[in-house]
Amino acid sequence: MVPVELQYTKDHEWIRVDQSTGTIGITDHAQNELGDIVFVELPKAGDHVSAKESLGSVESVKAVSDIYSPVSGEVLAVNAKLQDKPELINTDPYGDGWLVRVSLSDPHEVETLMSSEEYAAYVQDKAAH
Amino acid sequence: MRYLPLSPGERAAMLRAIGRQSIQELFEPIPESLRLSGPLKLPGPMSEPEILEFFRRAAEESSPDYVSFLGAGAYSHYRPVAVDSLLSRGEFFTAYTPYQAEIAQGTLQAMFEFQTLMAQLTGMDVANASLYDGSTAATEAVLMGLRILGGRRVLVARSVHPEYRQVLRTYLQHQDVETVEIPFSASGQLDLDKLEKELKAGPACLLVQSPNFVGALEPTSKISGLVQGAEGLVIVAVAEPLSLAVVQPPTEADIVCGEAQSFGVAVAYGGPYVGFLAAKAQYVRQVPGRLVGETRDTEGRRGYVLTLATREQHIRREKATSNICTNQSLCALAATIYLALLGKRGLKALAEQNLAKAHYAAQELAAVPGVSAAFTAPFFNEFSIRAPRKVDRLLAALGDEKIIGGLKLERFYPELKDHVLIAVTETARRMDLDRMVRTYRRVLAADPPPARQSAKATPSGEPVAR
Amino acid sequence: MIKSIQSARPHVTRNEDLIFELSAPGKRGAELAPLDVPALSAGEALGPELARGEIEGFPEVSELEVIRHFTRLSTWNYGVDTGLYPLGSCTMKYNPRVNEVAARLEGLATLHPYAPAELAQGCLRVLHETARCLAEITGMDAVSLQPAAGAQGELTGILIIRAYLQERGQPREFVLVPDSAHGTNPASVAISGYKVRNLKSNARGCVDLSELEHAMTEDVAGLMLTNPNTLGVFESEIRKIADLVHAKGGLLYMDGANMNALVGVAQPASFGVDVMHLNLHKTFTTPHGGGGPGSGPVAVRKFLDPYLPSPVVARDSDGRYFLNANRPKSIGRVRAFCGNFGMAVRALAYILANGAEGLKQTTEDAVLNANYIRARLKDLYELPYDAPSLHECVFSDSRQAAKGVRTGDIAKRLVDYGFHPYTTSFPLIVPGAMMIEPTESASKAELDAFIEAMRAIAAEAEEDPELVRQAPHTTRVTRLDGTAAARKPVLRWRP
Repeated sequence: MVPVELQYTKDHEWIRVDQSTGTIGITDHAQNELGDIVFVELPKAGDHVSAKESLGSVESVKAVSDIYSPVSGEVLAVNAKLQDKPELINTDPYGDGWLVRVSLSDPHEVETLMSSEEYAAYVQDKAAH
Repeated sequence: MRYLPLSPGERAAMLRAIGRQSIQELFEPIPESLRLSGPLKLPGPMSEPEILEFFRRAAEESSPDYVSFLGAGAYSHYRPVAVDSLLSRGEFFTAYTPYQAEIAQGTLQAMFEFQTLMAQLTGMDVANASLYDGSTAATEAVLMGLRILGGRRVLVARSVHPEYRQVLRTYLQHQDVETVEIPFSASGQLDLDKLEKELKAGPACLLVQSPNFVGALEPTSKISGLVQGAEGLVIVAVAEPLSLAVVQPPTEADIVCGEAQSFGVAVAYGGPYVGFLAAKAQYVRQVPGRLVGETRDTEGRRGYVLTLATREQHIRREKATSNICTNQSLCALAATIYLALLGKRGLKALAEQNLAKAHYAAQELAAVPGVSAAFTAPFFNEFSIRAPRKVDRLLAALGDEKIIGGLKLERFYPELKDHVLIAVTETARRMDLDRMVRTYRRVLAADPPPARQSAKATPSGEPVAR
Repeated sequence: MIKSIQSARPHVTRNEDLIFELSAPGKRGAELAPLDVPALSAGEALGPELARGEIEGFPEVSELEVIRHFTRLSTWNYGVDTGLYPLGSCTMKYNPRVNEVAARLEGLATLHPYAPAELAQGCLRVLHETARCLAEITGMDAVSLQPAAGAQGELTGILIIRAYLQERGQPREFVLVPDSAHGTNPASVAISGYKVRNLKSNARGCVDLSELEHAMTEDVAGLMLTNPNTLGVFESEIRKIADLVHAKGGLLYMDGANMNALVGVAQPASFGVDVMHLNLHKTFTTPHGGGGPGSGPVAVRKFLDPYLPSPVVARDSDGRYFLNANRPKSIGRVRAFCGNFGMAVRALAYILANGAEGLKQTTEDAVLNANYIRARLKDLYELPYDAPSLHECVFSDSRQAAKGVRTGDIAKRLVDYGFHPYTTSFPLIVPGAMMIEPTESASKAELDAFIEAMRAIAAEAEEDPELVRQAPHTTRVTRLDGTAAARKPVLRWRP
């Protein structure tokens, strides 16, 4: 399950770009690898995030995983529902399980990300190893 | 070799089964040049009676016949025999950390009870399943406080146990943290003026102890108000947790940590002891060490598991909240059993006995000409007296009576010459207290005190040497 | 069987309440000696503002109830006393009973840590003698017994390295940690103010010399190495590793977690190790206690002695022992008082019981047992690294995983066969790791029974994977919901 309208990172984040705004989450593959998510740590609105740097983390019972921002920019909103219902990331990773919304400071960064086909191939290639 | 269950014949059969000629073959991965050519130079082997003889002799050379009024973070309390009886069950003391929850429910439930008891006692929302000891608990509490504040500034009361402060210094030395010491006033309590002045420099994390090292109970509620008013964070360390049975707990603090040795753990020349750390609910994900949580099994039955493990080093590695891997389960179990035995009323009655005996001793000593109470603040079972120029002679005379009369505060506080820190628990008999007082009278009468010395404090660092 | 009971509740041995739920007002489990001084209430002594009322929720139970409560809880635990406990890297060996008696002797158990040295000669002698024995066993020159556990020993060791390098002008920036290392290693490095540089293992699971050569630059303070490593494999190139590290001015730290493979056979000092820690609760039979107390002594070569935590036990010219705190180069104190003294008593009792010959035999048995298990299971379980191993062996669940049965499932199924599981999912370099360390504390009969159980489970994984995936089936509680516990933590009882 890799929606075609999104862009992807090698660290299994996705971003949905709408003009100068991007919504970020983790992929279905990532949530599957992590298992039941129990806690999410996110930045605050107004914080600055940088491409390829950690913007927070998601935790399952036995693993914690940094979330690397696909782009640089200012955090416009965070998904407040996740504090009480982190399982939304498991049940709806591309929808209600979104993490943060940012305003892009450099729209060109998006061009370096993978398309859905590229990401699907990347995941398949990793699984083969 | 009495601990080894393999017979020579079995060893040979096992070697055959794995296709080896000799045991030496199994060690071939270790280059020959790195292997020992001869036996280690060690004592033994000894039979059981020889081992006991060896340690009995060491025990006899450890003054078992002395009466001691030493406290200073390690307190002699009576330990009900049921404590050791239960600790000696192999299922408890020979088990590992309860990672396999289904066959470790005993340890897990007991730790859940320990967490509850510590939370009730400290007035906090949650407590962990214990840390190494009071000194490391205080240190971990400060590291936790800094994480919460996102800060780099720690205020430490000078009246916090000197060895706790030394451990804190060791842990903070490479952390780029500014540490400021807050002195104590003539009452023995934290100097609030100095505190307020330091708080003006920006939010900080304060570590204060109550009862503090010189015995004084701190106004933790007022202190908390001041620090939190300046957007800081308050950590209260408690080295004598029995005090919490009669003293208002520091419920306004953000973190309460300390040493629970008083609860059924032997003094044992310094360890093993058991640290605790309790906090407000909102900080739970920053708590270091193990946490046990309640949950259900697949049939809906109540059970317990280690939880929030992602804080810990085996998952987070260098990003963990702490490098602590173990807790002090067996000592925490001792405390749980002890507190269950004493219970709500027993613990309070015990604390009141400590209060009564310590106050009796303090009054009787202060009535001896040449002796005065060092501080005016209220105290629990430990207090400081001042006996100008006579402290060494007094302690020596008490030694002749087989009494360890207390701790010279000068050892840690050069400005507190002539001061003795005295702890009196329920184990002190009145006859021994009276004997101590008589010795004071005898020594001081034989050699009347000089004219009153100026009590001027001399600022100084904190030597460890004696 | 329980299902057939209709009219009565089964006995609480099946489902013991929390101690708080057994409470009823007016009960107590201990009574105090009569007070022999004038009574004083909290209110009188402290005033109404400071005095506390009752502690809300505290239990009130009788002594008998306490005994039964904790005895019942104990029966839900599995200990070394119960049976084979092959938990890899934890060294779950027999805890001799005489150790416990020695540690509880009046004097050793009752002396205050601030007692004057002249009244503490016995305790100081125990500490001194324990340190001397550990120095001989490791071949190192000086030992501190202050660290309270292995992780604190690691921290102490890295701080010592830092202090030493600092004095030479530059503490440097990184510490190398192999990817097979225990998680406490990187955590301890971080607290010491260093950054971790991960070192990839080679195909044998050992340090890759060319990787090391590349990574060991002049901004690296040292290498933290577990030897034998977490696969149980001895780093045969250890001398070359030490030389590479030393050539660049770094120091070699050895995590002594696996000393049970070496005692009496080889001394780490001869490997070129500069500083190391031991775990008294692993190699030296002090009990694990359900997760502590431990003890993590640090041993160093002579040139690092001045940096050991202060104070150290020393001996004056008259042969009297004392605590020497006059150590200006010391890294400081890592724990209050004299460390976990009671653990030193137990460890020394163990060393005395065995002597040099007994300790060597112990090591040989530990290695023999592990190799026996390895040889008899390798046809059914995958050995991802086939280098010869010493005191433990690490399989992977890859064959069983094809049927959806993972290492954790096999571990839980072992419980049904009456064994404590091995270590699961560690080391991280082995996906689906099954790390088995039988120690010397296993009779051949018990080893054979364990092997039979593992073989039976391998068959079950083929024929009835669901049976294994749902295990355990015979415990008082079945699998517990760890996800629910972490999502909405309930960490204490509330009325």
